[in-house]
Amino acid sequence: MQILQLVGIGLTATVIVVVLRERMPQFAMMVGLMAGIVLFLAVLGPMQDVVRAITDLAQAARVDQGFLGTVLKIIGIAYIVEFAAQVARDAHEGALAGKIELVGKVGIVVLAVPIITGVVESVVHLLP
Amino acid sequence: MTPEIRAILQIAGIGFLVAFLHSLLKESGKENYAYWTTVVGLVVVFMMVIGYVGNLYREIETVFLRQ
Repeated sequence: MQILQLVGIGLTATVIVVVLRERMPQFAMMVGLMAGIVLFLAVLGPMQDVVRAITDLAQAARVDQGFLGTVLKIIGIAYIVEFAAQVARDAHEGALAGKIELVGKVGIVVLAVPIITGVVESVVHLLP
Repeated sequence: MTPEIRAILQIAGIGFLVAFLHSLLKESGKENYAYWTTVVGLVVVFMMVIGYVGNLYREIETVFLRQ
């Protein structure tokens, strides 16, 4: 989709949210959530091409496929967690947003453990 | 107009309708009904939104997590 269309959707949703917030804050939050879904979905299509290009480059450079998959998974977790945390922050629930982000950080660390052990193992191999 | 954009406008419409009903019922002294109208409207909207959230998560999974 075109940039102008997406920005227009964002501005329209902002106007609706501002008008709705005075009377019904719950529905304003839902409109914001829905606008976020529309913008994320519109951006995911081009993102798929980028991911495919990165995968092709990694295959050409003979990078370990498992490591590349882990990196892509970490990026995906970051996007999902960011989305949920922004929705929570939009509803003035900063504490909950912080907890959602904490869950995402722990998940990323758990996924990164094999990479860290791989690095440590190769360093140990290099040592005499 | 994609279904998602239509959903934004539908949610806004339901929100205005519920706000109108809320103030109308409150003016006529039926606070209890006003409260339940808000709750029912919110549940309807939540049912609409939750499907789209599931769609979004599935899409992110196909892009990043299933190589």
